This record gives sequence, C-alpha cells and structure tokens, in this order.
Amino acid sequence: MSLHALMQWMADTEWSVGLHESRYAYSIVESVHVWTLCIFVGFAVLLDLRLLGITLKRVPVSQITTRLLPWTKAAFVVMVISGVLLFYAIPLRTYHNVFFRAKAVFLLLAGLNAWLFHSGPTYRRLAEWDTSPMTPRQARLAGAFSLALWAAIVFSGRMIAYNWFDCESPQKSAFMDTIAGCDRSTEVSDASTVFPGH
Amino acid sequence: MLLPYFQAIESGPIGEAIRNSTWLFPFVEAFHLLALAVIGGAVLLVDFRLLGIGLKRQPVAELARDAQPWLIGSLIFMISSGVPLFMSEAIKCYYSFAFWIKMSALALAIIFTFTVRRRVTSAEDARFSPAVGKAVGVISILLWSTVGWGGRWIGFS
Repeated sequence: MSLHALMQWMADTEWSVGLHESRYAYSIVESVHVWTLCIFVGFAVLLDLRLLGITLKRVPVSQITTRLLPWTKAAFVVMVISGVLLFYAIPLRTYHNVFFRAKAVFLLLAGLNAWLFHSGPTYRRLAEWDTSPMTPRQARLAGAFSLALWAAIVFSGRMIAYNWFDCESPQKSAFMDTIAGCDRSTEVSDASTVFPGH
Repeated sequence: MLLPYFQAIESGPIGEAIRNSTWLFPFVEAFHLLALAVIGGAVLLVDFRLLGIGLKRQPVAELARDAQPWLIGSLIFMISSGVPLFMSEAIKCYYSFAFWIKMSALALAIIFTFTVRRRVTSAEDARFSPAVGKAVGVISILLWSTVGWGGRWIGFS
C-alpha cells in the first residue's frame, strides 16, 4: 500500500470526515495547537537564548532544563497530539502539501539538533559552565540552530493552510510538483477540501 | 458608527496592497505567529513564576527584568504586523465577534501588564503576598490567552 493510498484511506474514515466537516472541532484543535505553541516554542526560545548567552544570564542553565523543560515537554506532547489530529482531519491534501513536507524535514532536523546537543560532550560537562553567562561554542551553535529551525517550523506550519503548490492547484513548476509528490494524471478525492480559516 | 472608518481603512493603500498580493498576507501572518511564540514565552515565564512553578528559585523581579525587553519587543512586533493584517480585512473584522473580543482583551492585557503586573513583579518579594502574585499570574494568563484565541478565531469566521 503506497503512502498516498494510505492517506486516501485515512481521508475516507468516518472520524477524519467528521473532524474536518465539524463546525467547531477543527477550529478548537487548531486553537489548542496555537496556544501550546506559546508555551512550547516560547520556552524553547528562552532556553535557546540562554544557550546563546543573550537572556536569563544569571539563571543557571540547569535550572531552565530541570524546571522549565518539563513544561516545554508537556506542551510539546499536546502540540503533537493536536498536530496529528489536524493532519488526520485532512490527510491526503496535507500529505501532498510542500509546506507540510518542509515542516516535517525541519522537525526532524530540530529533533536531531536537540539530541546531538543533549548527548554531546558539552552538555555532559554542563556543571562547568552552568552558571556562566558566556556559554561554550557548541551550546551557542545548538541554540542558534534550534532558534532558526523552530522559526522555520512555525513559518512553514502556518503556510500549510495555503494551497499555491497543491496538486489540485494549477501547476506552478515541475520542481514543486516533485516535492509535493503530485501525480497530475489521477484525481484526488479530497481535492475540494478547503482549510477552514486561513 | 465605526463602520465608515473601517471601510476607509480597508480601501486604503496598505490594505489594498496586501489584498492584491498572494504572498503578503501569509508572510506577515507567519511573522505575527513567530512573535506570538516569543511573547508567549516572555509572559508565561513570569506568570509561571508568580504561580510558584517553573523557575521558582529566581526572584520574580529578576525574571521580570530579563523578560521585559522580549515582552515589549515582541509586543511592538505583533502590533506592527497585526495592524497591516487588520487593514487588509477591516470590514470582515468589524463584523467579527472574535475581533472585538481580541481587541478588548488586548487593551485590558496591556493595561494590566504595565500597571498592576508591573508593580507586583518589580517589587521585592516580601511586599506582596504570594496570593496576590498568584492572582496576577492567573489574570495575566487568562487575558493574554483570550487575545491569542480571539486572534486565531478571527480567521475562522
């Protein structure tokens, strides 16, 4: 079964149809997604800025990772759940959306960046630079990458709502069609699905 | 009563430029959302502390001082990106319940943040009881959340 076929099947399930056709459910899920963005990205940005030595300079990094990170992680879980629901509501169109695909790549890179930093030698020696306002180079790099990646994730996430490069929109370029995985010879069943609230 | 003004704003040059562009509205909107994340962090960091969670080993005043430039900076950024968005669809906003909820909450949030909340978060810890701090934290979170939810909801109408 191809991924396209899997998305097609998902789009036809009762709950998926119910979610995108409901008066309020989709909007509420999306609002929850945006609201947890404030907590998750907001706190992630604060940690990144601390790693860059820009703000909260007198707060030990370990204080942020032990006291703020649990909230960040909890908000991340809610973001993922609400994000999966948003995807599930309109799976086929989202799967072929170039911004969604870009966001997925950025998310993987952000995860990789966080994992590399947390398992790397600099973080293992955190005790040595915990209270210092000036952070090691690797910490600053990790903070800078994280900031850039999360900005790209928020940006591309917002753009998923727009259908410029969708398979059912007029073709912009063969390149964009390749990224979107469009097969213009077949019909798309949720082609008319419009995202509520641009 | 206000409708003629909203109509004039919508047909003004900025509103028209944004409406005539495919990319402009989404781009400004995406930056508006990025600033939302920053203001969310700056507000919640201090409100969490007032509620006794998060960075509770640091004095409230110290966190508030660190958060202040980010709060003010992102607020300015949000307003200067939000105004053009509004200008491009002022009449829709006029008839949008969510828009009026958002603007009322925004006015209250700004007033509350720069009067009551500022006094409580700039005082040394002993001057206000923890209960006052908690109340201020809850009100701040509720007001700013209403601004965010109302904003998101303008798009759904």
